[in-house]
Order: sequence, then C-alpha cells, then structure tokens
Amino acid sequence: MTSEGIGASVRRKEDYRFLTGNGHYLDDINRQGQAHASFVRSPHAAAKINGIDISNATNAPGVIAVFTGKDLADDGIGPLICGWAITSKNGDAHNAPAHPALAVDTVRYVGDAVAIVIAETLEQAKDGAEQVAVDYEELPAVASPVGAMSASSPLVHDDAPGNLCYDWEIGDKAETDAAFEKAAHVTHMDIVNNRLIPNAVEPRAAIGEYDVGGDNLTLYTTSQNPHVARLVLSAFNGVAPEHKLRVIAPDVGGGFGSKIFIYAEETVCLWAARKVRQPVKWTAARSESFQTDAHGRDHVSKAELALDADGKFLGLRVNTVANMGAYLSTFATCVPSYLYATLLAGQYTTPAIYCDVQAVFTNTTPVDAYRGAGRPEATFVIERLVEQAAKETGRDPAELRRINMVPVDAFPYQTPVIQQYDCGNYGAALDVALDKADYAGFAQRRSDAEARGKRRGIGFSSYIEACGIAPSAAVGALGGGVGLWESGQIRFNPTGNVTIFTGSHSHGQGHETTFAQIVATRLGVAVENVEVVHGDTDKVMFGMGTYGSRSAAVGGSALCKAADKIVEKGMKIAAHILEASEDDIEFTDGNFTVAGTDKTMSIGEVAFAAYVPHNYPEGVEPGLNETAFYDPLNFSFPAGTHICEVEIDPDTGSVEIVNYTAIDDFGTVINPMIVEGQVHGGVAQGVGQALLEGCVYDDAGQLLTGSFMDYAMPRASTVPSIDVGMTETPSPLNPLGVKGCGEAGAIAAPAATINAVVDALWDLGVRDVPMPATASAVWQTIQSAAQAAE
Amino acid sequence: MPVTVSMTVNGKAVSGEVEPRTLLVQFIRENLKLTGTHVGCDTSQCGACVVHIDGTSVKSCTVLAMQAEGSEVNTIESLATNDELHPMQAAFRENHGLQCGFCTPGMVMSAVDLVKENPDPSEQEIREWLEGNICRCTGYHNIVKSIKAGAEAMRS
Amino acid sequence: MYEFDYQRPASLADAVSALQSAEDGQLLAGGHTLLPTLKQRLARPSDLIDISSIGELRGIAVDGDTITVGATTTHAEVEGSEAVRSAIPALADLAGMIGDPQVRHRGTIGGSIANNDPAADYPGAVLGLGATVVTNKREITADDFFLGLFETALAEDEIITAVRFSKPEKACYMKFAQPASRFSLVGAFVAKTSGGVRVAVTGAGQEGVFRVTEMEAALDANFSADAIANIAVPDDNLNSDIHGSAEYRAHLIGVMAKRAIAGCG
Repeated sequence: MTSEGIGASVRRKEDYRFLTGNGHYLDDINRQGQAHASFVRSPHAAAKINGIDISNATNAPGVIAVFTGKDLADDGIGPLICGWAITSKNGDAHNAPAHPALAVDTVRYVGDAVAIVIAETLEQAKDGAEQVAVDYEELPAVASPVGAMSASSPLVHDDAPGNLCYDWEIGDKAETDAAFEKAAHVTHMDIVNNRLIPNAVEPRAAIGEYDVGGDNLTLYTTSQNPHVARLVLSAFNGVAPEHKLRVIAPDVGGGFGSKIFIYAEETVCLWAARKVRQPVKWTAARSESFQTDAHGRDHVSKAELALDADGKFLGLRVNTVANMGAYLSTFATCVPSYLYATLLAGQYTTPAIYCDVQAVFTNTTPVDAYRGAGRPEATFVIERLVEQAAKETGRDPAELRRINMVPVDAFPYQTPVIQQYDCGNYGAALDVALDKADYAGFAQRRSDAEARGKRRGIGFSSYIEACGIAPSAAVGALGGGVGLWESGQIRFNPTGNVTIFTGSHSHGQGHETTFAQIVATRLGVAVENVEVVHGDTDKVMFGMGTYGSRSAAVGGSALCKAADKIVEKGMKIAAHILEASEDDIEFTDGNFTVAGTDKTMSIGEVAFAAYVPHNYPEGVEPGLNETAFYDPLNFSFPAGTHICEVEIDPDTGSVEIVNYTAIDDFGTVINPMIVEGQVHGGVAQGVGQALLEGCVYDDAGQLLTGSFMDYAMPRASTVPSIDVGMTETPSPLNPLGVKGCGEAGAIAAPAATINAVVDALWDLGVRDVPMPATASAVWQTIQSAAQAAE
Repeated sequence: MPVTVSMTVNGKAVSGEVEPRTLLVQFIRENLKLTGTHVGCDTSQCGACVVHIDGTSVKSCTVLAMQAEGSEVNTIESLATNDELHPMQAAFRENHGLQCGFCTPGMVMSAVDLVKENPDPSEQEIREWLEGNICRCTGYHNIVKSIKAGAEAMRS
Repeated sequence: MYEFDYQRPASLADAVSALQSAEDGQLLAGGHTLLPTLKQRLARPSDLIDISSIGELRGIAVDGDTITVGATTTHAEVEGSEAVRSAIPALADLAGMIGDPQVRHRGTIGGSIANNDPAADYPGAVLGLGATVVTNKREITADDFFLGLFETALAEDEIITAVRFSKPEKACYMKFAQPASRFSLVGAFVAKTSGGVRVAVTGAGQEGVFRVTEMEAALDANFSADAIANIAVPDDNLNSDIHGSAEYRAHLIGVMAKRAIAGCG
C-alpha cells in the first residue's frame, strides 16, 4: 500500500470546495432569464378533480404560465414509469396504473401535483399557485397497507382491484411447510417495518432549460443517476429525444435512494422550459420533500422460524404486505421482492425458505428504495426472529447464530432464494464483535445499571446484503428494464495528468477521491493528478448511477478494465520507443521498463508520445484514452455483526444507546476513512429508524409527520459514538475485491437496536417493541406487559 | 414596496433593494451570490443556513434581511484566508467530518461559534451544541471528532 | 411569506402607535416563532413592527431579590446571565434548554410568552415562579396572563416590556423533550417561593401551561418527592398525539415533578 493508493485514508479532494462554501449544488445554479416554479398540490389523500380554474393565477402579478395535467397530455408527455416488472404467483404481470406527472382527474395522495405555476420570482409563483382554484370532490382514502387489502377498502385506482399491485412468491412452499412439520420449536412474530422519509439535507430541485437555436433541452437535477433520468425522460416520457437532452447532476447533497427516481417535478420543469422559452427552476421546500420524495420501507409481515432440537434452523416462512403508496415509483416493485426476499437466508444455512409478498396501493406518497432498500427489511425479519428464538429456547443469541452460519468452507454458497454468496467468514466477524463489545462483561454492566435504576440490554444483528448491483442478464431475467453495468473512461492528457469519467455519481460518497485512488494505484500516477468527472450526460458516455452500494464494485471495476487497456496500449508504445519486444516490457508503479535493464519510461512520457506520435509504433492509434463497460458477474455480499447495548429509563421509557459496535466485511477497502464514515452514517440512519423516525398518516391519509417538527431526525445528541471495525474477505468476483459499504449500517442497526431494547425489557414480560421505539412507545409497552402479567 | 437594506458581509459593506419579506439567507444567496449558505428546511431546524451576525451564530432562514440592517454578517465564505482553511475547516477535512457537504457550512459556522463560547468543549457539550444542525450523512461521529480537533487547533 | 410592510420604531411609544395604526400589525422581536409561521403562509399581517432595537425593552436588572428581564432579552442572554444564574439558577437552566443555540441567540422571553405555545418552556418558569408580566399598560400576574392555547391576557395594542421574577427559596425545571421538535412534551417547573410551593406544567396541557395545585398543597406540607408519589394527574385535559398519549403525559408529569423536586436539592 502506498500513502495514497488503495487502502490509504486519503483526505478527500472534494472537501475544500464544500468547506469553503464553493460547492455547486442545484439551488446554487441560476440560469440567465430563469423563471421560478411552484406546484399546486392536493391537500386531500383522495379526491376527484371536477375542474381547475387557472384564470386568476394566470393574471396574477409576475405569472408567466400555468399548466395542468391536460397540457402535458396534449403535448404527448407520457406518465411516470416503473422500470421493473414483477410477475404474480398466478402469472399475471404486476398492476401498474397510470401515473401522470400532473394529476388529471383524480388526486391520490396529499402532495400529488395538480398544476405548475411559473413566474418571474419564487414568491410570485407561490402567490400565483394560491390563485389556482381546484374543485375537489373528496373521496374516501386508505393509508394502511393491511387496510387496503380488506374487501371494504376504497380503491386507490379503479383499475387495481383489491388495491393489489402484485402477489408474488419465492422459495419452495411445500418443502418449507414440511420443514415446519419436523420442527422442535417454532418462533412466530408479527413484524412491522416502519415507514421512513429519506430527508437528504439538500432538498430535490430542478432547472429545465431550452436552447432554441439547437432545439436542445438541458435538465439540471438532483439525481443519483443522470443518464437513467435522461433515458427515461426520453424513451418513456417523450420530453425530448436522448441526443437532444442533456442531464446534469452537479454536487448533490445526499440521496439515500430518494434521488434515484424520475419524479413529476423535473419532468414538468423540463417540458415547461420549452413551452415558456425560459429556464424554469424549482427547489423543494422541506415540506414538499416530506410529501413527495419517495418514502421507504413500510412492510407488515408475519414471520416464522422453525428450529430442530439442537437449535439448527429448519425453515423460514414469511408473508409480507408491502405498501407501494399511491403510484409506482421508478424502482418500487423490485424493492419488496428481489431486493428483499432473496436475502431472507441471511448468514444462515436455513435449508427451506418461502416468502410471499402482496404489494398494495394506498393513498400515500409513493414508496421506493431508501438506503438498504429491501435488505434492511429482510435483515430485520431474520434477526428479530433469531434473537427471539434464542430467548424462547434459552440459548445464547450469539451461539445460536454461530451454529447456523454458513461455514467458511461452504462458499460459493447457494441459498434457497436465488442468491449465491461468493465468500465470507461470518463467524470471524461475530468473534471480533463479541470481543470488541466485551460481551463477556455484559452481565456485570447489566447489574451495575440495575443498581442505578436502569435496565440494560444487548442485541445482535448478523446481517448480509446483496450489493454491487447487478449482473445485467440476471436483472433482465428477474424483470429489470435496464442493464446494471457501469462505464468508465480514463483519458491521459498529453502532459501526463489524467481525467477519468465515470457513470457512477457521488453525492457524499467521495468518488472524486476513491476513484482517483483506484486509478492512481493501477497506473502509478499521483492522486492529485487525477480528476474525476461525473454527473453530466454530455461529458460521461453513459452510466447507470449510484445506488445499492454499487459504485466501487461496478463503477470502480469499469475503471480497472479501462486502466488495463491503458497499460496494454502503453506496452506497445513503450516497447517501440525503448526498442524492445512488448513481451519484455514490465509495468510497475507507473513505469514501463525493459525487464532486467534500466531502460524505462514513465506512463506520463508514454502519454506524451501517444499525443505527439513522432516516434510511434505502426498500426497503433495515437492518443491515450480508453473506455470500458463492466458488467458484474454476480452481486457482492457484504456481511458482518453489529452489537448494540442500551440502557432504558423505566420511568420514562427513554432508550439510550451506550455502546455500539459494528464489525463489517466489505472485502477490499479502498479508503478506510471514507468506509468508516459510511458505516457511521448508515448506523445513524438505522438507529434513527429503530428509535426515532416514523412516518405517520392518519386514517384519512393526512401526513402527520410532515416536517422536522414531527418527524424526529437523528441529532448529534441522540445517536451514539460508534465503534467500527472490519474483517476482510475480498470478493473473488471483481478486479478490486470490493463488496460495497454504503448501506450496511442502515441494514444492520435496526435489528441490533430493537433486539437490545427487547433484551433489556424481557424480564418485565416484554416480547416485542415497535419501531420507532420512542420513549413513549417503550413506556406503553412496559405498561402493557405489566397489565398482561396481572 | 421594496426597501433598501445595508449591512457588512464578510467585511464588505453591501446594500440592496429587497422586498421586506426577504430573508437574510435569500439576500445572501440571491443578491450577494454567496451560495455557501444553504437552505435545508422551512422550520428553522436543520441549520444549513447558519451564519454569524455580530459574531454570534444564527439561522439566516429565520431572520429578515431587514433585521440584519447595520449588522456585521459573516458567512462560510469568510473563514478561509488566502485560500488557507480556517483551523475548524481543516479539522473537518482531516477528520472526514463531511460527506455530501450540504450541511457543512452551517455545521462549521456553528462549531466556530461554540469554540468562541467554550474553547475546550467535551464530546457531550459538542453534541448538545449541535442540537440545531442536522446531518444525514455522517452520523455525527466524525463531526464531533472534527470539532474537538478544530477547537484544539483554534486554541493553539 | 405574504407581503408586509416592515417598521422599526426607535421607542416603545413609537412601537405602540405603529401597532395602533397598522391594519393588522404584528410585533417582531427575535422572530423565531413568527417567521416560521409566516414562511408557512399561516398568517398574513399587514405590518411587522420590529421592536428588537428598542433599548428599554432589553436587558436584565437586579433589585434585591427581584430580577427583571426585558421583553426582548434573548434566551442566550438569560442563560448566560450571572445575575440570573446566582438568583434563580432554574431560570437560567430553562433558558438554556430552549430550542438550540442559534434559536437561543435570537428568541426572546417576550416573544415566547406572548405566543403562549403550549409546548414552550418559558411559560413554565413564568407561571412556576409566579412572575409578573409588565406591559406598556399594566402589570399582569402569571396566573392571570396565560389564558389558553396561544391565548394571553394581552390586548391588541399591548406590548410586553419585561417579566419580573422574585427569587424563590429554591426551584428546578425538568424537561422531557418531544423527540422531533425538541419542544417540551412535558416540562415541570417546581419552585418553593415565599408564597408557597408552585408546580407549573408545560407541554402537556390542552390549554397550555397550568398549575398542579394538588401537588403544591402536598409539597407545602412536605417538600419531598415522596409527598407527591401518590398524586396522579388526571389525563382528561392533556394533549394526546403521535408523540405521546395523554396517559403517558400524565405519568411524565409525576416523574418530571419528582425529578424537579430532587433537583431543587
């Protein structure tokens, strides 16, 4: 390892601009002649639109134009799409009712956009929006996913009977049922995975711009995947052909999934820019983010784990109802199916698994991928069940896990639910975690706490996730509408420095640094001489973007391939100039050397020769610029064990995390500082889900947690300091050996935290605690347990 | 009816014609084109907009531009001198106290004010001080570490 | 925000006349309650009358056992005041628990109590200490000042100029914060004053801050946590929402009151 190559905690190249206020986030961009947009939104969860009167708004001061869904439809702008097809048990395709960017005759959730008002200033646009008179006829609404399945529920879409999107299954039901027949013990649980609101601190925003001269459109947008946005806006929404549309995602202030999707607002701003011949800018107010950013999670499950007399897992049976919200967001359908149930084996050798999932529509904001996307829900089901089973059967929870873990010599390991795990050493991570968390000393800490009137508990979560998504052929076979490869380009400039172009997008992950480290290591150039370009469809040839912890495993691997091509070409050039056979050239640390001699030239000199090819091999093209597309061979499977220790004040129900230990196996680590930062952030989000965050709708579909006043965000004083450690089994399936680290914390932490809370209260008769385990919820749970005991 | 507002921002006398309803953050971002100060919420909670007025940290989304009339306002752009990072900025970089960078200007401005009031804050004091600064990326772990290091650097 | 006119009177008298002549004038001090409300377009005043630069409304004065806090004195100033801390440490502590540091740098005592948000902290201290609210017209005792949810005894053209506190024998405020807003879910202010023990509860009541007279009587007889151990606050007039049931709030009143008593030392 060099001081700045792979494995070094290189300080980030992007930090200077962020720290000095010189980042360029979307709202910092202002285009010449730009107008401002405000959206008219439904205050009702369900209503028929009997009419929209825009006359007052059109005449309001400063208003340039007002458009409704009819205007979009008249221009042939297609509805928003969902790009993943799921086939139900009965062979039917999933139900995908139309999702117009601006509602035409019905609104289906609070915040559903009805019209756009474009004005000279933002305040004028807002003033104008208040003048749009929408004649709503309120309809009955349903917000709860289980409620939506009842026969008496109102229908969110007339063409979605039973509010059903799909009824899907995975695994062998008969085999699983048979496994339960043989069980010595079965643990049953009802498990709710609470609905979350992503809340990246930068709100979503967009500027649409039309260039009359070239008939080109440009969209500036807060996107994790600008090329995918361009593809969808072109191919499905029909806003502009792909070659006439440029999408720029500049510095983006966090995404966590919520900025993957192609939303109504950017679609409409882009289309409207051509209509009004002016750039149209929209920036979400936080209250709009709450209502319109795709939400996450929202599963209701019944889960059962069958164990034999020795504690070996025999079977797992899960039924899950998943809330899709009012419409299908871009990748909504794959989250509670292929990103969820295919992970239900966890780290264990459970031989028989069956899961069926009913995805349902409700009158709520669309639900889609949010940090972890399906995998946190799977981990929560498994790890709650395992912990509960340990308690019910009187086993040590760590040991019950250990005896069921996939052993080191069993890889590659085929699970009963599609996935084939590449490598891992789950027991090693567990051992390190037990040691770091001082599990042996817990009993003493618990009794010390008791003396102080506090209840102390410890909880585990041995998680696994599938990252580095994903092999295109597999994606296609499972219903995905795209390939999930990535592109990379390495361009040496004549003076020897390097510009690299990646289809991954960095919105906090630090790719400008880590991707430079990869290329620096592979090509022997200094990190400071490598510039990373991303986020612009006119600069980067193509890309699938950043989500699912895929950037290093897929985007980084594409760069490795491109680097290999650079070296290959450099060999030819160096061999010619050094007057040696290509076979005799060795490339190390940025130098091409004739083996066994001191004849050498640096890669910078080779680059110069490639651009000034005066003395140059015949048949070799000038220039040193290589591109590569990398399609992964499989998912990667990060895994590890997190241990959470809590103290609960029984008088108030307050939960304090007193220790949190995270031991993760991410394969090869490119930049430990950045990877640890990803774990910290993920754990905070997972702890947030467990203890603080919960999106609440009332029965009429009104969002009760519509601002930071009611939606509890993790704060510095409410999340713990986190003890992070790593084990390392490099993935054999990609050239870097990386697995992905972006989501692990959010996947592992909820189960570890809730398991600790339940452990603390078990002796009081508490058997489960809902998420978020707020003080109020914990206190109520303690009271209920006490009443039940009476 | 537009009104004229004047103040000193980052050491420079500035004035502008604004509507009375203009917030200080809007004046800073839109009139002065200083876009380092961010807006992340509309309920005065996230702290991405923290600036100093007369040496004290405030949320510029909850102050009218007119309320800052005649004041000394300092934004994130004022901290680095001659391209050299302020010790608190340098500590954030060294300790990976930022990821997406959006909350960072407010976080740093808040931290600098903390150290002015409390030159050697404990971890607990730092965490409590950050009550009004929300970060979604870092889990605060490295922010706390950065501020501790930044405070030490500012003391020496 | 809707449009409004902005005025900055230089004296209290000018502020009063501005308030009287405006069609629908609103006083602006720190603005930390008013501006968020305006940003949500939940109010539409014709004029904002900024009283923050009126010198006579700001500052902390000590006269024997009496502490007078000017209406536009910020929470941070109260929190950091040596005079307040030595006379009524519970008041300084409470000011330091409001919002966050940036809110405390701007928010004012006058603004807080004039708004009378049921989850605000200051009403707990004002009622708990039996303070006197001084206005441009009169003096109003705390017991007469808080009339209900966002309602006070203030007339339309009445301006709070100061709040006057008498030093108690001992006092303590215990706050249990709502997890999202960090306002008070339940805050209990317990004070042993020359006129007897006062227990004021904020955050919990449907009608805003209120006193728990049953606890006061018990504590007058025996100032100890045990004295109120068996006093259950009825939950019928308490808030119930996603952050806590009325039953939970009722329970927390007992817990916080007991901790406040313990905190009195």
